[in-house]
Amino acid sequence: MTVERTGLEYLSVQEIKGPLMVVGGVSGVSYDELVEVETAEGERRLGRVIEVGEGRAVVQIFEGTQGLAIEGTRARFLGTTLKVPVSTEMLGRVFDGLGRPMDGLPEPVAEEMLDINGEPINPEQREYPSDFIQTGISSIDGMNSLVRGQKLPIFSGAGLTHNMLAAQIARQATVPGREEEFAVIFAAVGVQNDEARFFRRSLEESGAISRSALFLNLADDPAIERIVTPRIALTLAEYLAFKQGYHVLVIITDITNYAEALREVSAAREEVPGRKGYPGYMYTDLASLYERAGRIKGLKGSLTQMPILSMPSDDITHPIPDLTGYITEGQIVLSRDLYRKGIYPPVNVLMSLSRLMGPGIISQKRTRADHGDVSNQLYAAYARAVQLRSLAEIVGTAGLSETDLKYLEFGDLFEQRFLKQSYTENRTLDQTIEIAWEILSTLPETELTKIKEEHIKKHYRKRVG
Amino acid sequence: MKTTRGKIIWVAGPAVKADGMMGAKMYETVYVGEQRLIGEIIKLTGDVAFIQVYENTSGLRPGEPVESTGSPLSVSLGPGMLGSIYDGVQRPLDVIGRIAGGFIKRGIKADQLPMDKKWRFIPLVKKGEEAGPGDILGEVPETPLITSKVMVPPDARHGKLTYVAPESDYVVDDVVAEIETKDGKQPLKLYHRWPVRRPRPFSRRLDPEVPTITGQRVLDTFFPISKGGTACIPGAFGTGKTVTLHQLAKWSDAKVIFHVGCGERGNEESEVLTEFPHLKDPATGRPLMERTVLIANTSNMPVAAREASIYTGVTMAEYFRDMGYDVLLVADSTSRWAEALREISGRLEEMPAEEGYPSYLASRLAEFYERAGRVVNIGKPERVGSVSLVGAVSPPGGDFTEPVTTHTMRFIRTFWALDANLAYTRHYPAINWITSYSAYVETVRKWWAENVSPDWYDLRFQAYRLLQREADLLELVRLLGPEALPDEEKLILDVARMIREGFLQQSAYDEVDSYCPPPKQVKLISLFVKFHKLAEEALRRGVPLKEIRAMTIIPKLIRAKYEIPNNRLDLISELEKAMVESFERLLLTEKAEVKVA
Ligand SMILES: Nc1ncnc2c1ncn2[C@@H]1O[C@H](COP(=O)(O)OP(=O)(O)OP(=O)(O)O)[C@@H](O)[C@H]1O
Ligand SMILES: [Mg+2]
Repeated sequence: MTVERTGLEYLSVQEIKGPLMVVGGVSGVSYDELVEVETAEGERRLGRVIEVGEGRAVVQIFEGTQGLAIEGTRARFLGTTLKVPVSTEMLGRVFDGLGRPMDGLPEPVAEEMLDINGEPINPEQREYPSDFIQTGISSIDGMNSLVRGQKLPIFSGAGLTHNMLAAQIARQATVPGREEEFAVIFAAVGVQNDEARFFRRSLEESGAISRSALFLNLADDPAIERIVTPRIALTLAEYLAFKQGYHVLVIITDITNYAEALREVSAAREEVPGRKGYPGYMYTDLASLYERAGRIKGLKGSLTQMPILSMPSDDITHPIPDLTGYITEGQIVLSRDLYRKGIYPPVNVLMSLSRLMGPGIISQKRTRADHGDVSNQLYAAYARAVQLRSLAEIVGTAGLSETDLKYLEFGDLFEQRFLKQSYTENRTLDQTIEIAWEILSTLPETELTKIKEEHIKKHYRKRVG
Repeated sequence: MKTTRGKIIWVAGPAVKADGMMGAKMYETVYVGEQRLIGEIIKLTGDVAFIQVYENTSGLRPGEPVESTGSPLSVSLGPGMLGSIYDGVQRPLDVIGRIAGGFIKRGIKADQLPMDKKWRFIPLVKKGEEAGPGDILGEVPETPLITSKVMVPPDARHGKLTYVAPESDYVVDDVVAEIETKDGKQPLKLYHRWPVRRPRPFSRRLDPEVPTITGQRVLDTFFPISKGGTACIPGAFGTGKTVTLHQLAKWSDAKVIFHVGCGERGNEESEVLTEFPHLKDPATGRPLMERTVLIANTSNMPVAAREASIYTGVTMAEYFRDMGYDVLLVADSTSRWAEALREISGRLEEMPAEEGYPSYLASRLAEFYERAGRVVNIGKPERVGSVSLVGAVSPPGGDFTEPVTTHTMRFIRTFWALDANLAYTRHYPAINWITSYSAYVETVRKWWAENVSPDWYDLRFQAYRLLQREADLLELVRLLGPEALPDEEKLILDVARMIREGFLQQSAYDEVDSYCPPPKQVKLISLFVKFHKLAEEALRRGVPLKEIRAMTIIPKLIRAKYEIPNNRLDLISELEKAMVESFERLLLTEKAEVKVA
């Protein structure tokens, strides 16, 4: 990113605490203004004004305040908010967490300079998302369908296979019957170097790298920069989707690191904390990222988001997954139990959800006529199986009825045949639904109360006879 | 009106301080900065005003001007609201969309009502007549579904009409009548303005004895809400608050619907806007959008306008109540409203109470729900209207002991508790039938008896009893397994499961099942209650449970809700007959076998 060397300069730093710096004696400074800070040694950092009173501005420093001194530090107020250059040339490139090239190539020529905070999409101007994306993964396509323009996070835990899953989705995602491929924007937020390398390699191997842009803030990069990285990525994504007509898939990992950076700033401001020390406005802040997904009437492109977050101690009620779930259009939850059983992808379907599947796909009949019923029946049957499993642990299988035992069998089949697939296995929706019918056919017909009789006639009776 | 001019001395997010504001009043609307962003004064100390700004404050700086308008935050009430979508301070988002495209830009000014659209005004009063607050002057056929009444504003004075416009087409700003009061002549237009934080007056409250029919079985039959009643629907994320509220907005038999999206998702507004024009009102067959108003202040729109949105909505709802209509307002989600309150309060450095919420959270909630009611309106001719309020609550971590849920529960009378475990098993609507309650069951009993079926109350009671027995028995099953129970109790579990699947569960996405008319509700519940009686009898007469369980009619009973069209209730009667016959056959074979033995 280029920063013009204009603006008012001050040497009057009054206080430094946490990631914040207070500059005194200022005038004409505006809220949210971009600030360039220069240390006595000549090192430059960026920040933004988060509070301004007469003669006093509070500046949040993206690279952190380590090594800053009250004396000798200069703050230059740049008279603009943080804007980044965007252009289609940025596809195929790798940038750091503040959008500066990291691949040794020159700065791309800006087609436009855009404020990283974007503007809220007018809800009246949204087009309701209803293009089914086939990911090739049964647990998603069959039961938690992804739709173009949706924001669907992966809730994971330390060490689970979320990166593989996200990479597989990025590689396989297509809209059946349409040729358009996704442009992939990848934002690494405080993740390990090898995780970022994994994604990069996976994009290279599938040839998608030429229509991808990577923004990397890694674990050893400045923490406060993490507040900016996803916004820069989303600004480019919006530009590509809504000005250039691309279908864009944005993967952000790991939102937990982002939230931690927010908490750090809030603590330094001595704000009244909400739950677990996270700021009370975290819902609104996260929404300012997630709500940037969508489609807009009359425009060709779409912005689909797949944020990844690791649930602290696998706890879905922790504020980070909790507030995310309250904003996103569903969630794919990974399970440690399934992972231990050797099942990939270890999707806990009962806790997972795609909110756009019902209104976007099923009621609009965008896929097979039996898709909705089959999905509902799989949920009901697997839920029953899981309940009976824990009951059987206490009372033993002898305490169960004949039908109950059939359900136990169904539960195993569901996990082994439907859920489980390989990292390279790309199933069509038809294949997924056929597997579903195979395993549902092990249950008595009287149990299939969620499926209309016409579908049972067509798919069940021919199997069971 | 007198205006005050001051200047900004401090900015932090949506909160701004300005000095030189001596003379400004609490809750007065102000223009902030060179871009004249809209704000509202929420605290005054000396000549310093604390202002919450309804637009993004990025780029605002100390020294910029602040100008008060002399009037509190108000809405324009008149023809043109139905079918519209507004932000939290009644800016029309469709107009803004036409001006600015896909994204909301700051500082766009748009009229709250269409100023150039002509409306047919049909006078109902004559020059020379006496008129006073709330009196109906005439009508405007606003949509084929709703005729708007033009009323003397509630804060006007009594007087004599010195002018009444003849029937013709007028824009909202045209004078259609003039009233001469002690204070002089006052022109009356097709619209008037009203401050959002001040409830509109009514004459007196009535008892909540008419239910709001929603077409949702678990609500209407088990936990009804009355016209003019209050309800809340708390639940963890993804448990079904929004879908349930959308179902209410679609199917309930209120005359006018307000949907307030308060800090929620943009796509949910777009869903309503896409779907409602194609959906038909079950009573009239007209597109639902003709009776619907949307207030949409999504999670990424300015947080202060989110705080205002529920007041904007409820004030508009009261306006239609005053015309003599039943109005339903659903607010999704009141928790996001409370968070907006908390965020602004935090910026003002007020002393926080529980979980950082301001100490006035409870009183604000009480004030909001107090605006519900079925009332006799003020003014002539005498008429009855109602505002029913339903609020979604989004408790952190799904924990119902948090402040917004617990305070809300003090002020509502119907409690629809969403249960994450039901949602995980796709039992929708995931309303927990054991912990939910309604204080209106007794008050609406008479209505059901007179309008639908004399059996509603008893059937409801019997079915509910089975569900309660099931809950108790499941405790035992958890320890001993289902096979340890005697057959009559196993049967209760079976029938309760049938009630859950065949009655309580209702898919919002199924063409037929999405709306279940009241007579069908009674017929369905009676099927299951009757099944239990017959099966109990069969058991007593020696039929093994296994044979009852294998009855092929059972899946048909469960599927009846969606396989039998809503206009073919005769088919349910046939199904019932078939059920009785199946039991007779079971008993016959049983007898035959006994004889052989
Ligand atoms: N009656 C219903 N019929 C079918 N599906 C339902 C029903 N109610 C809820 N669902 C399912 O549950 C999902 C989540 O529901 P909804 O969006 O209403 O949750 P919510 O409680 O509003 O969540 P949040 O607090 O995150 O907004 C829906 O997308 C839908 O798949
Ligand atoms: Mg919701």
